[in-house]
Amino acid sequence: MQNVVILGGGVGGTLVANLISRKIKKQIDAGEAKVTVVDETGQHVYQPGFMYIAMGNEDPKSLRKPERQLLDDRVELVIGEVAGIDEEAKTVSLADDSALDYDFLVLATGSRILPEAIEHFEQEAHHFYSEGAALKLRHALDAFTGGKVVVGIAGMPYKCPPAPLEVALLIEAELRERGLRDQSEVHFCSPIARAFTIESVSEMVTPELAKKDIELHTFFNVETIDSERKVVESLEGEELEYDLLVLVPPHKGAQVLMDSGIAPAPGGWLPTDPKTLNVGDRPNVWALGDATNLPLSKAGSTAHFEAPVVAERVSAMVQGRKPHAKESIYTGKVMCFFEVGDGKGTLLRFDYENPPKPPKPSRLWHVGKIFFNKTYYRIVPKGRGGTIEKRL
Amino acid sequence: MTALDLETTPTTTIDARGSFCPGPLMELIRAIREGQVGDTLAVISSDNGSKTDIPAWVEKAGHRLIGVFPHEGYDEIAVEKLK
Repeated sequence: MQNVVILGGGVGGTLVANLISRKIKKQIDAGEAKVTVVDETGQHVYQPGFMYIAMGNEDPKSLRKPERQLLDDRVELVIGEVAGIDEEAKTVSLADDSALDYDFLVLATGSRILPEAIEHFEQEAHHFYSEGAALKLRHALDAFTGGKVVVGIAGMPYKCPPAPLEVALLIEAELRERGLRDQSEVHFCSPIARAFTIESVSEMVTPELAKKDIELHTFFNVETIDSERKVVESLEGEELEYDLLVLVPPHKGAQVLMDSGIAPAPGGWLPTDPKTLNVGDRPNVWALGDATNLPLSKAGSTAHFEAPVVAERVSAMVQGRKPHAKESIYTGKVMCFFEVGDGKGTLLRFDYENPPKPPKPSRLWHVGKIFFNKTYYRIVPKGRGGTIEKRL
Repeated sequence: MTALDLETTPTTTIDARGSFCPGPLMELIRAIREGQVGDTLAVISSDNGSKTDIPAWVEKAGHRLIGVFPHEGYDEIAVEKLK
């Protein structure tokens, strides 16, 4: 029996499990192979929807589904917390003292947020990286009657790189719609030299910020929050007063990966081969999604395009064959929508070699994003994304 | 020529080769946060943007740029933490 163990039931873990189970159907049915997903909660959450709880009318319930419903019947689901990985013994131990043997291990453990890493963050700053935080931000926006809005980033890398810019643009649009724009300032703080890491996207969005009178502060790495003076301070020595503070919290990889010596501290991101997605020099361990150290967006889309590569490589090893050349190399493909406010959006599509060339913001891409959000559960986790992708 | 020819041995050397923007800058920022005033930090980067982004950040953040030293396939950017 060959055991494939996948840690994490997010976009990457779920999709890769379904793709592998399809490819090695015969071996599973013959009792020669087994695919197991380990997930802490057993609930799949569509995280990009959190921003729409804060910025729109998204119903939190529509973002969750039982993981079991999304997995192929041939995939086993274990609900439990991973306590450790013993690479020598090839076992994954769980918090309930049980253990799973593996021959092939896929790490789709995602990233976690650490608002508590910055003093006063939890009392003073809002974010949209959990259902509860997004609801709290929505309530704060509802109660907002004008003042200084500061949107910033308190640590890189973080999930969904365009999200803070989108939030700044969407808040600005909302304030205008509500007649509060004249009595408000909107500031966007970027930790780097420009508005966004990718130059072409920066070139697209910087004029949008200027047009909407959103003040851009570059090289603003959030250092401290002064809760008495209501001021956020940067490492670079800049201070900004706020009435409403929205910050991306610091992110890290899974603690268990650091504790097991697979991912280095302090970030806990897995050293991942950019093409094969193997972790370090381990031939039987792969990573995908937020968990990797690849210089790509930490986004569901990245996991979506990485999953077929991992699935092909794992399946080839189970079946004792060479992986198909075309399907087993990740090209760095990522595709995501980018909201610019006023019902308009654009599309970022890129890979390792080709930076994105975002089309002029239009209603089409905003509608595209909403459509994708609504149809995610029917297409992505089950591996039906190819059709949509070909149409874009 | 390297930073070593000009100054004392860097307190910290950050080998960020293979990492893309903003990786090398973020690594430097982390090391600056963890370091002591007077420390010298050398960032080794193969990303072309680093030789402009890092000096610009160093100026804004009020540290001292010791120099940018080009090598075959990478640059070494040396910085002194001033505060």
